[in-house]
Amino acid sequence: MELSILFLPLAASIISGFFGKYIGDRNSELVTSILVSISAFLSIFVLYQVIFNQYEENIVIATWINSGSLDVNWSMLIDPLSAVMLVVVTSVSSVVHIYSIGYMSHDPHKPRFMAYLSLFTFAMLMLVTSDNFLQLFFGWEGVGLCSYFLIGFWFKKESANAAAIKAFIVNRVGDFGFALGIFLIFYLFGTVNYDEVFQQVPSMSAAGVTPFLDKELLFLGINFRAVDLICLLLFIGAMGKSAQILLHTWLPDAMEGPTPVSALIHAATMVTAGVFLVVRCSPIYEYSELALNVITIVGMTTAFFAATVALVQTDIKKIIAYSTCSQLGYMFFAAGVGAYNVAMFHLFTHAFFKALLFLGSGSVIHAFKDEQNINNMGGVWKKLPYTYALMIIGTLALTGFPFLSGFYSKDAIIEFAYLRGNSTGFYAAGIGIFTAFLTSIYSWRLIFKTFHGEYNNKIIKIEETHESPLVMLVPLIFLSIGAVFAGFVFKELFIGYEAANNFWKNSIFFLEPLSKDHPPLWFLILTPTLVILSIPIAYYLFVKNKKLPEQIATINKPLYNFLINKWYFDELYDVLFVKSSKKIGLFLWKFFDLKIIDRLGPDGISGIIKKFSIKANKFQSGFIYQYAFVMLLGFSALLTFLIVK
Amino acid sequence: MNFPILSSLILLPTIGALFIFFTRSSEKNNNTVKYVALFTSFVNFFLSVYLWALFDQTTSEFQFVEDRVWIKNFINYKVGVDGISILFILLTTFITPLCILSINNSIKNRLSEFLLAVLIMESFMIGVFCSLDLVIFYLFFEAGLIPMFLIIGIWGGARRVYSAFKFFLYTLLGSVLMLVAIISIYWITGTTDVVELYKIGIDVKYQNLLWLAFFSSFAVKTPMWPVHTWLPDAHVEAPTAGSVLLAAILLKMAGYGFIRFSLGLFPDASEVFTPLIYALSVIAIIFTSFIALMQEDMKKLIAYSSVAHMGFVTLGIFTLQQQGIEGSIIQMISHGLVSAALFLCVGVVYDRMHSRLINTYGGIVSIIPKYSVLFMLFTLAALGLPGTSGFVGEFLILMGAFKDNFLVAVIASLGVIIGAAYMLWLYKRVIFGKLVNLELKEMVDLNKSELFILTCLAIPTLFFGFYPDPLINTIEVSISDLITFYNFSVVNN
Repeated sequence: MELSILFLPLAASIISGFFGKYIGDRNSELVTSILVSISAFLSIFVLYQVIFNQYEENIVIATWINSGSLDVNWSMLIDPLSAVMLVVVTSVSSVVHIYSIGYMSHDPHKPRFMAYLSLFTFAMLMLVTSDNFLQLFFGWEGVGLCSYFLIGFWFKKESANAAAIKAFIVNRVGDFGFALGIFLIFYLFGTVNYDEVFQQVPSMSAAGVTPFLDKELLFLGINFRAVDLICLLLFIGAMGKSAQILLHTWLPDAMEGPTPVSALIHAATMVTAGVFLVVRCSPIYEYSELALNVITIVGMTTAFFAATVALVQTDIKKIIAYSTCSQLGYMFFAAGVGAYNVAMFHLFTHAFFKALLFLGSGSVIHAFKDEQNINNMGGVWKKLPYTYALMIIGTLALTGFPFLSGFYSKDAIIEFAYLRGNSTGFYAAGIGIFTAFLTSIYSWRLIFKTFHGEYNNKIIKIEETHESPLVMLVPLIFLSIGAVFAGFVFKELFIGYEAANNFWKNSIFFLEPLSKDHPPLWFLILTPTLVILSIPIAYYLFVKNKKLPEQIATINKPLYNFLINKWYFDELYDVLFVKSSKKIGLFLWKFFDLKIIDRLGPDGISGIIKKFSIKANKFQSGFIYQYAFVMLLGFSALLTFLIVK
Repeated sequence: MNFPILSSLILLPTIGALFIFFTRSSEKNNNTVKYVALFTSFVNFFLSVYLWALFDQTTSEFQFVEDRVWIKNFINYKVGVDGISILFILLTTFITPLCILSINNSIKNRLSEFLLAVLIMESFMIGVFCSLDLVIFYLFFEAGLIPMFLIIGIWGGARRVYSAFKFFLYTLLGSVLMLVAIISIYWITGTTDVVELYKIGIDVKYQNLLWLAFFSSFAVKTPMWPVHTWLPDAHVEAPTAGSVLLAAILLKMAGYGFIRFSLGLFPDASEVFTPLIYALSVIAIIFTSFIALMQEDMKKLIAYSSVAHMGFVTLGIFTLQQQGIEGSIIQMISHGLVSAALFLCVGVVYDRMHSRLINTYGGIVSIIPKYSVLFMLFTLAALGLPGTSGFVGEFLILMGAFKDNFLVAVIASLGVIIGAAYMLWLYKRVIFGKLVNLELKEMVDLNKSELFILTCLAIPTLFFGFYPDPLINTIEVSISDLITFYNFSVVNN
């Protein structure tokens, strides 16, 4: 039964991908949706077993690579951590499958689209249920590949193709670090299986052997503790996949893909893989103070950076994309302060409300016939009542409005950062609160600009906008239930006082138990107050007094440009990497290969021989007197030589 | 004496070639000739599969050994296989029939001569991989050049003569030194029998020079940087089938040679020169990847990517780690399948549009969907996506390299990023995007034989990606014994 969770999506993908032409569009949609939904129900059942019956298992499917001391299996590991991920992945995926039936109804390539979605689900499940780093890597690259396919799904769009390649290659940069991390793990532990690696980490010193935690390595001229180095390298991979600052540039561009894809891959599942990786490796990370601090700082910076950029964007999907980036930052800094279970909790709740927001924005885009600029919308809340209501729910949940899911998870992150007690913790908590405020502002900006104010679209008449069909609304309703209740219901289980012992058990490792203190009351109230206050502020700024934001922008022109150009990362990378790679390539080819190697090598040698033989040719002129002269010269030279000798 | 299965493998294609030789070459006979060639090469393939089935994986001893005196007290005709060589024989016998099958319309004139060259080459290649006498090895190794030289020179494109001579000069220059080295080995030890030489070993004081002589030949054939420039030219001018043979099989002779002779005969010198190999491999990986990025000709791009991939191979071999060498062999097998497939893919569109330039194409995914799917698969295998054979090889190599030298592994891993860039960019420009060139609308999708060939290559690429055990088990014992032997001799000297 457990294996069918994994293989039903794969089967769905194969059926729809290879036989879609024969069974028809509608049947492909049905088959993939049904199979993935079955997988979702089974996952929920597995989670139920895990919660109530302490079910844990490691199923070995087959051997994969068995070379020397390297021994890797295809396997399915079920423990609390992977069970939670199973539910997140399959439930969001099945919802997105169903939604896509409506959203893609005008697309000519439906079976292909559904096949990609199912294949993605399979790869993601392989990633989360792996019991070793190599299968994790398989899933890791597999989801990257599906993301590449889906971003570039509209293959005629030049921008979609560029975004797809960008996503793949930026992720490859992350994977480069990740792979090095795996090599290092194999080098130090002689294995890549989780349990064997994690066991060895805290090992006491045997006679004559340096204990692992004291090992130091010289790497690129710097002396690292081995454990720090492993953690940092793995984290580079996590940064790529989870779009953290420096490696985030692909995520906003990835919005070129169809909206259901953004909801599934670029909000709820794939981008959280990095967080999952860090949590999965908590038995290593707990021993690396350095790596944890780096994670906190990177997460915090990303949360802040992305929120500032989201403030000024005008593309509805890009705003949500930056919001995702920012929320992932929150998850990382939760993990960085050691609150892995809180990170997982936020991952869990975020999956629901962010998928809801994306699918809701898809519904809006659908209504406006592929318009994505929020400046060209407005005033349609009466026309799209359900979408409007559902988007409001999503926004409330995202901003952390009291008693919705985001409230429990996000506030918990900020609290734990505060309770960490060290300077990074306080700093992170401060930035966390401020970012929560920004989040609230940009989220409401999106809502007000899209649904309130005047109708601003000049191409489509307001009468032509229409509410989405039921097949798109029902999935939204399902997600909104999650967005409202997921926090409240699962709070105790995920982040309650005894959660580490009762639920997570060995799947998450805490070197020291998490603090059970409470931050002071004023601190607890601060974030929700800011979040609630931000609603009237945003209403004033974006509905009542629309001139004001524009004035602020004109006064602070440089800052505004800085934000609207996303801190100039794309431009910088273009110069640093894209253009220079092309130049290096041209130089090595045209100059090095053709001018130096070929000219000095084969062409040069054959050239010399040719010249020489031409000279030698001239020598044979056919005139007797010339020959006689040369003979004479030679003869006298020889004679001179003999005499002198 | 048992049934001489190795000699049969070597001779069978030649016998087929003789048949073709005595058939009058004319348009009418073209089909007959093709069937003869196909039949012999298929029989040879099944024979080699049978050989694999009989092969005992638990020992590193040479098996199916045949030993006959050729010139008394000097050269014996001695052949045999161990885990290292058998996979290359399989690769050869697998690629050759597919290659023959692929010649449908591309070779119009002198078809029977072309097939003659292909079959003779198959004989020589199998000979290379199973000869256990240095002189025999040298003969096969060099003779393999001749059919390839003819294939490029006669059936090639516009600059075929230049390319053929460049190819010939480069490879011959290296080989001459190897011949000198082989003669010296005979003078030093009194034998050219490889098994004997393994036993007695070669005095350390001679090893460095001998190693360099062998290296000069292998480096050209691999090809390693900076003696790689013949490869892009040769590929561009060679007909599709020629490119396939060149990339899939010919390049593997050198990798095999490094393992069998450089490591086996000169362990101490190998130890000395490992930094050289590392440096050249890393340069090859990085430099040629960058160069591949900027190519405008599809074949050139794939040729440059071959150089990068072979850079991984040489890197893996000299890590002297179980994972490294096994990775190298798997990488060679994988590259044999994938590069063959990629050249065939280029051949498919070339047959239709008569252009290899990337900017001729674009937006053809909905016109030729089957082709696009298979081409994508091989693109992914070339960039080393997990689940394809390319990943297993590359990852094992890097794993092995990391154990031996951090820095080298780190730089080589960078090549993986650029590899993704040039392959995906190639694919995007050829397959995706808007349809600008309206002539492309007339293109027809893969016909049955093309589909069959590419599927035949796709299946093992995926299968060994998910389940490389059959390959690894075959080579495991031979390689671990080789490493033990190597370390033993290095420590003792």
